[in-house]
Amino acid sequence: MASISKPLVPLLHLQQNELGLTIRDYEGAMSTLCAGCGHDSITAAIVRSVFELAIPPHMIAKLSGIGCSSKTPAYFVRGAHGLNSAHGRMVTIATGANAANRELQYIGISGDGDSLSIGLGHLAHAIRRNVRMLYVIENNGVYGLTKGQISASADIDSKSKRGEPNMLAPIDPVLMGLSLGATFVARGFSGDKERLVPILKAGLSHRGFALIDVISPCVQFNDHEGSTKSYQFTRQHEVWATDFVPPHDEILANVPDDGAISVTMHSGSVMRFRSVPEGYDPTDRLSVASYLEERHAKGEIVTGLLYTNEDVPDVHELNMTPDEPLVSILYDKLCPGSDELAKLQERYR
Amino acid sequence: MTRDTAGGIPAQHDLGIRFNDFAVKIANVNGTGSASANTLLVRAIFRMGIPVSGTNLFPSNIQGLPTWYEIRVNKTGYTARAIDYDVMVTMNAQTYAADISEVRKDGYVLYDSTWPLAPELVRADVHFLGVPLTKLSVDNFKESRERILMKNICCTGALVAFLAIDLQIVSNLLDETFQRNTQQREFNQLALRLGYEYARKHFDCPLPFRLETMDATRDKILIDGNTATALGCLYAGATVAAWYPITPSTSVMDNFTALCQAYRREPQPEPGPDGTVQYRNNFLILQAEDELAAIGMVLGANWIGARAFTSTSGPGISLMSELLGLAYYTEIPAVVIDVQRTGPSTGMPTRTQQGDILACAYASHGDTKHLLLFPANPAECFEFAVKAFDLAEHFQTPVIMLSDLDIGMNDWVVPALTWDDSFVPDRGRVLGAADLDAITRFYRYADADGEFVTPRTLPGVDSRGAYLARGSGHDHHGAYTEVPDQYQEVVDRLALKHAAAAEHMPAPIVERRDGATIGVVSVGSCDLAVREAVALLGDAGIAVDFIRIRGFPFASNVREFLDDHDVCFVVEQNRDAQLRSLLVIETGVAQHKLRSVLVYGGFPLSAKQVVEGITGQLEN
Repeated sequence: MASISKPLVPLLHLQQNELGLTIRDYEGAMSTLCAGCGHDSITAAIVRSVFELAIPPHMIAKLSGIGCSSKTPAYFVRGAHGLNSAHGRMVTIATGANAANRELQYIGISGDGDSLSIGLGHLAHAIRRNVRMLYVIENNGVYGLTKGQISASADIDSKSKRGEPNMLAPIDPVLMGLSLGATFVARGFSGDKERLVPILKAGLSHRGFALIDVISPCVQFNDHEGSTKSYQFTRQHEVWATDFVPPHDEILANVPDDGAISVTMHSGSVMRFRSVPEGYDPTDRLSVASYLEERHAKGEIVTGLLYTNEDVPDVHELNMTPDEPLVSILYDKLCPGSDELAKLQERYR
Repeated sequence: MTRDTAGGIPAQHDLGIRFNDFAVKIANVNGTGSASANTLLVRAIFRMGIPVSGTNLFPSNIQGLPTWYEIRVNKTGYTARAIDYDVMVTMNAQTYAADISEVRKDGYVLYDSTWPLAPELVRADVHFLGVPLTKLSVDNFKESRERILMKNICCTGALVAFLAIDLQIVSNLLDETFQRNTQQREFNQLALRLGYEYARKHFDCPLPFRLETMDATRDKILIDGNTATALGCLYAGATVAAWYPITPSTSVMDNFTALCQAYRREPQPEPGPDGTVQYRNNFLILQAEDELAAIGMVLGANWIGARAFTSTSGPGISLMSELLGLAYYTEIPAVVIDVQRTGPSTGMPTRTQQGDILACAYASHGDTKHLLLFPANPAECFEFAVKAFDLAEHFQTPVIMLSDLDIGMNDWVVPALTWDDSFVPDRGRVLGAADLDAITRFYRYADADGEFVTPRTLPGVDSRGAYLARGSGHDHHGAYTEVPDQYQEVVDRLALKHAAAAEHMPAPIVERRDGATIGVVSVGSCDLAVREAVALLGDAGIAVDFIRIRGFPFASNVREFLDDHDVCFVVEQNRDAQLRSLLVIETGVAQHKLRSVLVYGGFPLSAKQVVEGITGQLEN
């Protein structure tokens, strides 16, 4: 059951954000996912991120498709509208919603089946359109709800729980995103919330489409030996490309010259990332792609904010829509009226 | 009593002069500019005040295949497709033989006499009018493209002389069309006169059937359904549109785009960096990657509270079905314009049919039922497009308007469109912050009104209205459920809501005649042909009553009409009698009372086919 309400124990000393809300105000219903599921950690990281950014709950819209991952919008920000839609179609709905109201913060939650198989085409086009939203792929390499089929993100030779090796090449959403011109590409690991939160916050502040692939082990069907999406494998093979410098550092007068790269996000906030390998530049697409390919060939999983470009207009900027949401334009302004109708019909006489 | 008509019963007095009642068919090759020459003729006749229609029978091809254009002139207004032709214009050597064989006895063939007509093509029972169109064009124009285009205008000139079309009106239309292009204007005017003068010099003009100025189009316009639909969407206040290109619906969005650019661009107070006026677009049109995405975008925008629509054709309906089910179950409004073409599968993309009725009525898996609108002409496309948005938001459900290629892409004479400036859109039951103040707690699918509609809230307004809409099983609170009673409570209400919409749909058009025991049921673009057929049957002593269905669910008087008659003929353009099936399923009328007249080869319906379809069954 996807909506067991949480017991709310009043805690007096919870930290408040700028809106005077506590982290509890950003939580949702009790999760019905398996104990230890990576998705629940991602949910917690999302709750933390929107709390820290002090986004008013009603200004968030949560969308998802179908699958274990897509159940999770019920588990965060109960004060936000949500739409748990159809398999693979979430981003089309988010695109239309964004078209109607550009002011909301859209959070799309998807899985590897939803994004890389049934909805792959839609994901590709949402990237091209640069729809302003946070798009999280909770990637576990397996179909959980239907009990363990291999997904399109599974690596060659990685094994299903029954021991069958995967023979097909994986689709890597990060490399795919880069090749399609994605303006924000990151990868995280559900087992490392401290590093996931800053990535999510950067994605939420991005000007356009923020694609975040989060390795999220499935404890039931894909956490065994032979899997490359298990907790153990990910911990052993994770390589950090960038590290986040907490934002309060940059308001200090004397920021140490620690080699961090500052990226001014569309919202005006400044995100600072420290390259872990020296010289890694998250704004240079070609070098990012070749670094990722190189590491992937060695069986390593590169995480961090991998690429960002804040210079590309989003779908609204490209279409020169007004700053105010289309949904709030009054009807009187939209209807040309009877005189115009009479006038324009002259051409049909 | 006989009736002058080129469509139904053959004309009776070929020896006398017939005014404003004939049919012309022009055979051509597509991609040669024939379309503009054809439109020129129809617009000129319209401006002479005479009821006229132009029907384009074209291939799914860009250049080089046979294409036909039919012009029906009828002073009574019966301008459905004629299938007996008084004049055949043969501009396509590929189809000469077949085209010449279609002319009625004592009719006329206008052919290009630059080359002699092959002896086997000559028919003794028709008149041949040879005009050296290619020679006239080659002698007067230099470039090869001009020669091809001007040949068609020469032909128009000859037809102007043969049919007594007002030359000045045609000439004015050319001036209007080529207002900004002096050379083209002069070329066209010259070509028009070359054809006109050749015909006048070599033949006895005009022919025994001809035009005579009338006053029947004063308050009318000549418009295609897709343009009218786009106007309806503009006036309804749609701000978001999403689509995937598909014949024959593409011009809905092309027109909507052009209209938005003309009426929805708002100049900004501050000039741009280069000093020019900056605009903001109060619309967003998304060309989607496929129809799955197009309907998803429409749902997303409607969920937020904007008026959004998509336009498509049969293959798009197949793809959209899944999300139409989501919209139905989560109760999100959506407007879909389906300009039907010939199916199944790819079918014949440039041919017309009414083959999507059942697919739309029950689109998607599981128990689903949608609201359907059936316009019969461009004027109703405008009216129903506006209505579609009101119904969708009032009942929080998808509304599909089923137009077709014949309505959508052909020019029809219809009353000029009017608009009531006091119109207020029906946005349905939407709770804002103040409404939420007044209630203890909001539940999405509770508090149904008398029409079984529950209030919704919009994202971005108030946290107290927040809920998670889901395509999975839910109870009246909107919470996930797998409990039978809780699930059934919601889907049962949806069925009642659908039924409650019946009396909100456009009422059927009913016309009764004294003593009629037979009913004729028609839908959509069958209208003109069926009305003409009803008149022809009346002339032949067969009194029939007439009903035209305009919406689904069916209003109660549809069942009454069916009950009132011993037998009803359901006339529709598909193989499987889809409207008849829907009537049987949804009204419960006895199957044996409904018979079918089915015409589904892909060309628009003619009265003759309806008359023969009915009388053939009455004799048996």
